[in-house]
Amino acid sequence: MKYTYYPGCTLRTKAKDLDAYARASAKALGFELEEVENWQCCGGVYPLGTDEIASKLSSVRALNEAKEKGQDLVTLCSACHHVIKRVNNDMKNNDDIRTRANNYMQLETPYAGETNVLHFLEVLRDKVGFDTLKEKVVNPLTGKKIGAYYGCLLLRPGKVLGFDNPENPTIIEDFIRAIGATPVVYPYRNECCGGYISLREKEMAKNMCDKIKESASGFGAEMLITACPLCMYNLNKSEAELPVYYFTELLAEALGVKEEAK
Amino acid sequence: MSSAKNQAERIKEISGVNPLKCMKCGKCSATCPAFNEMDIKPHQFVSYVLNGDIDALANSKSLWKCLSCFACVERCPRDVQPGRLIDAARQLVIRQKGQTGLAPEEIPELLDEDLPQQLLMSAFRRYRR
Repeated sequence: MKYTYYPGCTLRTKAKDLDAYARASAKALGFELEEVENWQCCGGVYPLGTDEIASKLSSVRALNEAKEKGQDLVTLCSACHHVIKRVNNDMKNNDDIRTRANNYMQLETPYAGETNVLHFLEVLRDKVGFDTLKEKVVNPLTGKKIGAYYGCLLLRPGKVLGFDNPENPTIIEDFIRAIGATPVVYPYRNECCGGYISLREKEMAKNMCDKIKESASGFGAEMLITACPLCMYNLNKSEAELPVYYFTELLAEALGVKEEAK
Repeated sequence: MSSAKNQAERIKEISGVNPLKCMKCGKCSATCPAFNEMDIKPHQFVSYVLNGDIDALANSKSLWKCLSCFACVERCPRDVQPGRLIDAARQLVIRQKGQTGLAPEEIPELLDEDLPQQLLMSAFRRYRR
């Protein structure tokens, strides 16, 4: 199976690991990630204004490339996923945005939200299947107590993202079980890490991340996993002692391909 | 800036939100992770738009505290989406000539070696147009 793959700015710079472990794991699981040619940054945040069109175009270009290849579009970073899925929803369901974006794009065939956008975790759940993943694990992480940190962008708004139940998600816990570890459910797993606010208001973001980590530790987690480089950065600024990993690192470890990713 | 009434209309247009649907249950404020940092709370923000009191919003601390975490958007039982209203009010301010929530000169001293590009990109999008 081949997918069009949108890595995004940070996976080429500060979060190379997130990307490398995912690619090695995809290979081990038997699917291929074909990078979008000349992709452009998604912008990091979904442009909420109904009259903002230009800032949605980089997503439309990636979406259209996947459509032309007849492939699903796979993302890994939570922010890219959020932005591209929401823009795709606009292109499918919002006449005004679709018309104006296509006026810019001047494509032979206008883009109207045809591409299916999948997060890497959704590929694992819906395409590979967690049962198959479990069978392919050679190095189960038995005994590790792992807290899933979802944050905001993967889940909300639930009606648009359709990723999982936004209030009581299970996808990362199911992933943790599939790689042989034990999920720890804690109350703050879908609370905000502070996001962009940490650029200037470092104390505010730190306080939020302290709460998240203390919540996870209190329920017995030995580590957290995330899909988002910004969540990772913010969580690491908290001094509460709890290591944070990208979920793809543990996936690569369980599949026995961690060294190949280096 | 144009009259308060026009400004309120612009906020409704940009956000695509109808604040009249609000039944003032306060769930948005109850769920907001930035609640303690806000002078005008999310549910009050909706009332300010309804009353056309836009200057107060434009000068509020709250305008710059919304994290766009979509907790209020997800949990609003009336689909008023206060987060969208706050973003639209912010845009009304930063779309004016010379207005910005983040000056490029501020950036160098805010950086550290782990800071992801995603953070800079997101902050520029959230504070500037």
